[in-house]
Amino acid sequence: MTELGVVERQIIWDRLVSVVEEQAQVLLRTAFSTIVRECGDLSAGVFDVEGRMLAQAVTGTPGHVNSMAESVKHFIAAFPPATMQEGDAFITNDPWKGTGHLNDFVVTTPAFLDGKLVGYFSCTSHLTDIGGIGFGPDATDVHMEGIALPFLKVVDRGEVNRTLIEICKANSRLPVEMEGDIYSLIACNDVGVRRLEATMREFGLTDLDAIGAHIIQTSRQAVLKALAEVPAGTYRYAMTIDGYDRPIELKAAVTVGPEGVVVDFDGTSPQAARGINVPLAYTTAYTCFGLMCALSPRVPNNAGSLGCFTVTAPPGTILNARYPAPVSSRHITGQMLPDVVFGALRQAIPERCPAEGTSCLWNMTFRGPRAGNGDDRYGFAITVTSNGGTGARPTRDGLNATAYPSGVKGTPVEIVEAMTPLLFWKKELRPGSGGEGTHRGGHGQIIEVENGDGLPFELLAAFDRIRFPPRGAEGGAAGAAGGLTTSKGRTLAGKGFQKLDGDERLTVLTPGGGGWGDPAARTPRLREQDRTTGLEG
Amino acid sequence: MIRIGIDIGGTFTDLVLDDAGKRTTAKVLTTPDAPERAVLDGLAELLQATGKAASDIGLIVHGTTLATNAIIERKGARTALVTTEGFRDTLEIADEGRFDQYDVFLVKPAPLVPRRLRFTVPERIDAQGRVRLPLDEAAVLAVAGELAKAEVESVAISFLHAYTAPDHERRTRDLLAAALPSVPVSLSAEVCPEIREYERVSTTVANAYVQPLMAGYLGRLETALAERGFACPVYLMTSGGGLTTIETARRFPIRLVESGPAGGAILAAHLAQELEAPHVLSFDMGGTTAKICLIDQFQPHAARTFEVDRSARFMKGSGFPVRIPVIEMVEIGAGGGSIARIDDLMRVTVGPESAGSVPGPVAYGRGGVEPTVTDADLVLGRFDPDTFAGGRMRLDVALTEQALVSHVGAKLGLDALGAAHAVAEIVDENMANASRVHGVESGADVAGYTMIAFGGAAPVHALRVAQKLGVRRVVVPADAGVGSAIGFLLAPIAYEVLRSAYMRLDRFDAEAATALVAAMRAEAEAVVRQGAGSAPLATSQLAYMRYVGQGHEVAVALPERPFEAADAELFRERFEAAYAKLFARMIPGGAIEILTWSVTQATAVPRPPAIAPAPPRPAPAPIGERRASWPEGTRTVPVYRREDFAVGAAVDGPCLIEEATTTTVVAQGWRASLDGGRHLVLDQEG
Repeated sequence: MTELGVVERQIIWDRLVSVVEEQAQVLLRTAFSTIVRECGDLSAGVFDVEGRMLAQAVTGTPGHVNSMAESVKHFIAAFPPATMQEGDAFITNDPWKGTGHLNDFVVTTPAFLDGKLVGYFSCTSHLTDIGGIGFGPDATDVHMEGIALPFLKVVDRGEVNRTLIEICKANSRLPVEMEGDIYSLIACNDVGVRRLEATMREFGLTDLDAIGAHIIQTSRQAVLKALAEVPAGTYRYAMTIDGYDRPIELKAAVTVGPEGVVVDFDGTSPQAARGINVPLAYTTAYTCFGLMCALSPRVPNNAGSLGCFTVTAPPGTILNARYPAPVSSRHITGQMLPDVVFGALRQAIPERCPAEGTSCLWNMTFRGPRAGNGDDRYGFAITVTSNGGTGARPTRDGLNATAYPSGVKGTPVEIVEAMTPLLFWKKELRPGSGGEGTHRGGHGQIIEVENGDGLPFELLAAFDRIRFPPRGAEGGAAGAAGGLTTSKGRTLAGKGFQKLDGDERLTVLTPGGGGWGDPAARTPRLREQDRTTGLEG
Repeated sequence: MIRIGIDIGGTFTDLVLDDAGKRTTAKVLTTPDAPERAVLDGLAELLQATGKAASDIGLIVHGTTLATNAIIERKGARTALVTTEGFRDTLEIADEGRFDQYDVFLVKPAPLVPRRLRFTVPERIDAQGRVRLPLDEAAVLAVAGELAKAEVESVAISFLHAYTAPDHERRTRDLLAAALPSVPVSLSAEVCPEIREYERVSTTVANAYVQPLMAGYLGRLETALAERGFACPVYLMTSGGGLTTIETARRFPIRLVESGPAGGAILAAHLAQELEAPHVLSFDMGGTTAKICLIDQFQPHAARTFEVDRSARFMKGSGFPVRIPVIEMVEIGAGGGSIARIDDLMRVTVGPESAGSVPGPVAYGRGGVEPTVTDADLVLGRFDPDTFAGGRMRLDVALTEQALVSHVGAKLGLDALGAAHAVAEIVDENMANASRVHGVESGADVAGYTMIAFGGAAPVHALRVAQKLGVRRVVVPADAGVGSAIGFLLAPIAYEVLRSAYMRLDRFDAEAATALVAAMRAEAEAVVRQGAGSAPLATSQLAYMRYVGQGHEVAVALPERPFEAADAELFRERFEAAYAKLFARMIPGGAIEILTWSVTQATAVPRPPAIAPAPPRPAPAPIGERRASWPEGTRTVPVYRREDFAVGAAVDGPCLIEEATTTTVVAQGWRASLDGGRHLVLDQEG
């Protein structure tokens, strides 16, 4: 390449990143699903003709890190590129070839320039209602969890397949949102296609081969360079979590070599009876997210960087669940995987791996009747996003009440109270919950809530780290376990629907993160700070 | 009337005196320990230059970054918070998010009030404004004792749902005032009566934190002006783009945080009218950051939240939200002083780290080692090393070339010129990408917009950014160096009252809505009348509505009359139209809810006449020529002086047009002309 070529390559790369950010923005703004708009539960990316991802928007969920990337290859396998035409778009929600559960719809659109196929845009977002038993872990097989779409053509040369849309609508309790979200996915890829065409014309490109090779090569080199600083070897770690009805052991062997990292989950517990099972694509996503955080946080996600990581798990284990296992709430298990990765890598690079944290979201889903006989026949239903503490870092304390690895944000109490009869009496940091250490784990929260109308209500629990709290690292103590108690002295289960009386107040204790390093080595300054904040427990 | 605009920035205090359209400007160094000193010096300079007396001045309009700087530098008052029992940590729990997805070592900013100064009292009001637990007055008095012991200088009170029933906050203030008479108190129900407890408490605390400092400054300024014979009214510029009185500024200093940039946006909106440009992108590039603001139909886009002190690389979420009316802008770390480096991916990065004014770019020869955007511009021939900044500083080309090669070029196999190209292209690309994505976030496609370029570095980079965006007209206005101060003089006296009152449209309560809006209108009018006297006022009434459960509200204009039950249908129609405009679709039959109401009262500002087309005049003679580089190649091009242009004169690119503080770069295929307002207009030809 010429001298200008060096700059041009970077500009085009930057432009591709900007194009997918724009694509993601369009999806974020036009999606109907609240979880997409509020929590950024979406993904968008651009791919070369081989289906290799060149750029991916940074969004709120690591669960799509490379699961969406891999899905494009499945689309290409299902629809040979020679048969694709300008204006086509394809869709699926296959949990195994998509992003892990039926709620995530993936749309892939081929991009053409002057009649020639030059690449693909793909995007995915979480649809609120896909029929079935509803979002939660209670199904016993995937067919109970909602409508399943195989790989289908949703747009044929600009013509939307209305039959397909009508079938989807008929299988959702929220048909308007269902249709709107599908259109939103289609539209966001279209924006990407138009921007790519403009970019290619601006730089006189006729294909993405050279730029694609450059992106993949450069990113791969950057990851390998980072790996070269890590002592080669195999590092093992095991972590036990609560599971649905029995504990689950997550076991990993992480092998770091000059050509990449292999993570093998052999020895992990078998798949569960309920929907906390994880398809391998999603296992791979959260595992890679943990690897990227520890090894190469500044290298963008693409086929080059992600290609350095291989993830395997024996079929039939909870991390490689087989059809027709229920998988709806696969995030409860999947979000634990960065902690497993950190636990293994800590033996090689302790200075870059935090202690175990809460890791799974502590989202409280409530439903119940409303007072009076107004027009709300269904009463109220709401999900309140909340979090525990993160694990202590090797150089500083963990973060109090913060989502990790998920990127979602907490729900304001005042908004919940405006929309429902719920009344919160407390939402405060939980003193003493962060595990002690040279660096303390992040503190969890104490949340107290009741139905302000004095009517019974229900909690859908999907919590973990109640039986097995986050453990400390390098001599740090464990964080406090989570818990659910009520003003009537009852202790509730961590998973499943449970009823509360109209005069019963629920107390939710979210876990604290594990500590890092010997507590005796905590500096006097930090000890003084613990004391003055009143959070030392 | 002779009017003076004053903008206190971090480095310079800009002043402009406007005498029936004739402007005189002054620029003095800001005096951070007592900012009024620079103001008084600048005023003296202006009076001397114009031969006017203090008593001749009819109006002073003033904007300042003091409040912002106090927060960024943590130099505000020792502030305490009193809040609802059970919610001591709302300020610290914040939104439970992380602003950087991959950085496990990220540090969240410490709250402005540490936990030991956050106190709670038993009380509870629900979302409907009903008292669920009466205020425990004995507990308030006990807290008063604690506050006295802790020697706090300012207090914020923020109770849950106080936006709907402020009684408990007011009673608490009264009880505290009796015990601590000299400590100012900020109430959330007054500072930010809006739903969402974290944003409200964050805003209230920020207000309390800067209040003593701002009140002190404003008091000293008022006294000093009076002593020097200025008898005119003094108004303060707010972040929302309206003027307010010193009295209101003293109570709600948080509303002043972004006043400087707001002035720039007001000027851009004014220019948009003069230029009859309905879609404008204002592009302000200074030493450290670039700010981009969209102006559609002559109105800058408005927002309701601003983030102060984005500590980490200007990343969203790394600062404190303050929920105040604000002109919406996106700010990125791209300026003349932005430092260029090579990252692990062998990519050129530019900013957000800046060399600032000390040591400054390598070319200044003051010890700067890492190359900056200004250094790249020098090597590209955009500045004359001998006449830079009016010849006050000789730029060192050899040193600059060396730095570009060793820090950027060597790793990529580029010479100094190649490295300079890389740096300029990347920073321009960053700004173009930020503009494009900001456009998408606002439902706008910025291609085809008119760009108005302010700030020292903007004219150098504007055209290239425009090319990348598909923008075909760039305007470099007259007096762009003191643009904010000029903008202050164009702003209306205005006040916006925002208040949350939750209402679903399917249970629309016309009577309650009418009463609420009337009360808000009276409140806004009372504030505006302090400054506007009996001048006619324009009203704008909005409701922020959304589909039930969605995250983002859409502003919907309301009719200015008492509401009727049937208006629920009108509100729905208007919401759906606004929603469809932003998102290109709507949800048929979707339930809609109102979260927040807004009433603005403002004095009317007459629309300026359009600038008449100027008859063509011959091009000025170039003052010389210089080798300058564009992505397509290096060539010798003519250099013009902006002041040599007659109105109507035009030149073709490629060329350079210099003025005292900056250079306008004109590329091949573009034509530069001076319009009747003495604005330099660059048009893409063909």
